[in-house]
Amino acid sequence: MTNRLFCSTLIVIHCFNPFSSATPADDAIEEGILLLGNGSEPHSLDPHINSSMNGHHVIVSLIEGLIAPHPTDDSLPLPGMAYKWGHENNTVWTFHLRDAKWTNGDPVTAHDFVYSFKRILSPRLGSQYSEMLYSMKNAKEYNEGEITDFSQVGAEALDERTLRVTLKEPVPYFYNIIKHNSWFPVHPETVEKYGTIDDPANNWIREEYVSNGPFKLKNWQMNQIIEVEKNPGYWNADQVKLNGIKFYPIVSENTEDQMFNSGALHYSYTIPSDMIPVYRERNDPTLKIEPFLGVYYYSLNTKVPPLDNPKVRHALSYAVNRNTIVRRITKGGQLPAGNFTPPGISGYEPESIASFNPKRARELITEAGFPNGEGFPKLTLLFNTLESHKAIAEAIQQMWKSILGIDVEIRNQEWKVFVNTRHEGNFEIARNGWIGDYMYPDTFLRILQSDSGQNDAQYSNPEYDQLIAESFSETDDQRRLNLLAEAEAIMLNDMPIIPIYHYVRTYRIDPRVKGWNPTPLDVRNFTSVYFE
Amino acid sequence: MLRFILIRLGQAIPILLAIYTITFFMVLAAPGGPFTQERKVAPHILEQQMEYYGFNDPLPIQFFRTLWQHITFEFPPLTSYPGLTSKDIIVDTFPVSLELGLLAMIVALAIGLPVGILAAAKKNSILDYAPMSLAMVGICLPTFVIGPLLSLVFGVWLGWLNISGWFSFADRILPACTLGLFYAAYIARLTRGGMLETLNMDYIRSARAKGAPEFKVVIVHALRGGIMPVVSFFGPALAGLISGSFVVETIFQVPGLGRHFIQAALSRDHSLILSTVLFYAALIIVANMIVDIVQILLNPKLRYR
Repeated sequence: MTNRLFCSTLIVIHCFNPFSSATPADDAIEEGILLLGNGSEPHSLDPHINSSMNGHHVIVSLIEGLIAPHPTDDSLPLPGMAYKWGHENNTVWTFHLRDAKWTNGDPVTAHDFVYSFKRILSPRLGSQYSEMLYSMKNAKEYNEGEITDFSQVGAEALDERTLRVTLKEPVPYFYNIIKHNSWFPVHPETVEKYGTIDDPANNWIREEYVSNGPFKLKNWQMNQIIEVEKNPGYWNADQVKLNGIKFYPIVSENTEDQMFNSGALHYSYTIPSDMIPVYRERNDPTLKIEPFLGVYYYSLNTKVPPLDNPKVRHALSYAVNRNTIVRRITKGGQLPAGNFTPPGISGYEPESIASFNPKRARELITEAGFPNGEGFPKLTLLFNTLESHKAIAEAIQQMWKSILGIDVEIRNQEWKVFVNTRHEGNFEIARNGWIGDYMYPDTFLRILQSDSGQNDAQYSNPEYDQLIAESFSETDDQRRLNLLAEAEAIMLNDMPIIPIYHYVRTYRIDPRVKGWNPTPLDVRNFTSVYFE
Repeated sequence: MLRFILIRLGQAIPILLAIYTITFFMVLAAPGGPFTQERKVAPHILEQQMEYYGFNDPLPIQFFRTLWQHITFEFPPLTSYPGLTSKDIIVDTFPVSLELGLLAMIVALAIGLPVGILAAAKKNSILDYAPMSLAMVGICLPTFVIGPLLSLVFGVWLGWLNISGWFSFADRILPACTLGLFYAAYIARLTRGGMLETLNMDYIRSARAKGAPEFKVVIVHALRGGIMPVVSFFGPALAGLISGSFVVETIFQVPGLGRHFIQAALSRDHSLILSTVLFYAALIIVANMIVDIVQILLNPKLRYR
């Protein structure tokens, strides 16, 4: 009896621990499978409906657009479905499609692209990223229902393999915009099989995911795993080194970190912020801190006194010690922000205007009529409920108190309540953040244009709007960037927002994973990834 | 007995109706909607989405339409997972939560009952104090502390079990223990309390007087009365366990219902909030009814009420 018990115990232990030190990550390398942490469960894998980064990561492995993401430089184009392209005045773009196939064997045609553009712009689909296509002629009008005839929109299939896109104004970096999943093609017959072109609940993505990218969907279990496997029919399949990718939607940062530690992942999407200094301290080779095209800032409601006074806004900005915040609070290698647009866009050199200058801050608050903060009304600093936002808000509250002598109340709100309050303009000072959609400064500068929906500060300066508009008719690349930099300087001299820091991506990656390059947009070309 | 069940089921209808009504209006009262996003949705897009999901209809129409959808089990597409309905989510995730909950219940009973009985039988000895202090710790330690601790020890250090996931049977062990230990502590305390009360009864003295062995007195005579508090606790606890635990499911990456229960509220998904709340309410009602039936079977005094 004792013997039997002993044996069964052994068997049980054996099941859990097969007496080998090989971790799942080791086994996966043998099989050529990449194990990735991927944040949370994507709400959709439909390129025209998805609005999250987590969804985007999976979609780029499955579907390829006209231009593919470049493995090392987000600002460069890489031939995707289009093997060559050309343009007239940056306005009429012609794409020549290669001989590529959908996973069901159908050829990828220019008509598929036109159908896809029509789909995302269909008013009833209600795509939240349809705006990404508004540079196309009449796209906005079609999306808003002003015109109903899609042939008036600037997308035309000249033949099976030639696509012409006409823009409403010159867009020199158009090839960068169309890397976004909102421009991706879908297989028209499959979409029609499971619903109409404009049905938001069309479930083709779960019924039959027909795609054209380097990988195809193999298994999708909500909140558990998304598995993709190599697509042998992909035009460049020879170059794809991985046999598959497993995306794990791990919400808990701690769980993800422990999974990485136990060898269950090759890549962790995030790191718990309190662990970053620990890994930095020990020079952990798995830790990566890379620039990320995003900015953390405070919006000042320019319609509310005394924030309608630029001097007050500058005083608040000058009193923020950004170095202290990134060194003592965020601790993840973030960069103190002297301006709005994050660094990394080549040729774009905006003036650094926001800085820490307590003396100037005091002078300005005195000039504004509040010497030593006397008579300054009690403003509220609003942020969404999160420990890290609270720590920054408390630090800034303290800086304003000690340097300007003003009292600010800090208040947090649940995410949706917060976003709602901010959109409605019912705040004085609110936390904000913005991540670029493509590598060009206007992805940031546009949100502060007078008519922008994201302009929470309710900032309006005709000169700023005018400069941005002008920049688009400028044909010389450097002069265009200079105009944008000039616009940014005008905006920062008005200081409707207080830039605090520029984001970095912090993650951990197994050193055996190669070809994983720093990309400020965090868009991955998985064809370049391989194991040592 | 049949009459009792029918009465209880009849009572359930107004309860569910009340829960539906309260939830429906609370969801509407919450600031922010299903389409509130950091990137502000253009007004015409918002309008289209509101129209598609029927949020533009007059309130009474929305109220009764959604009610009818829940009566007929014909659910509309979800705003947070386009293409899926509440039914898809519940059918997909409830079996997972059910399995995890039942395993956790087994863990809880297997630890809680013997410990509680032993503590009561050896009152005021080390066998009472030690496990009861531990139980107190168990109640105080939240699952989000026990969970990561267990996965650190068994996952990272010993490497016996996976940190997270829901793929093999071994993946059930850590979440079930995390969830079960918390309930085990409660059950141990309730068992001890119930047993102590019963052990002081006259009929136990009679049993001892006629020479029944101590083991038989405790297990056969006292236990039946002693576990009554546990049985009462069992109903709501079981309903809570099998409808999923947000914390444990998040820590261990378990694809259960509990995460949707919370996530639905965070993403203001009206249909999913109502479905999960009603589902949970129905579970509690059924579990409580079963408990009442069991209590009647265990306690003859209740049969005549």
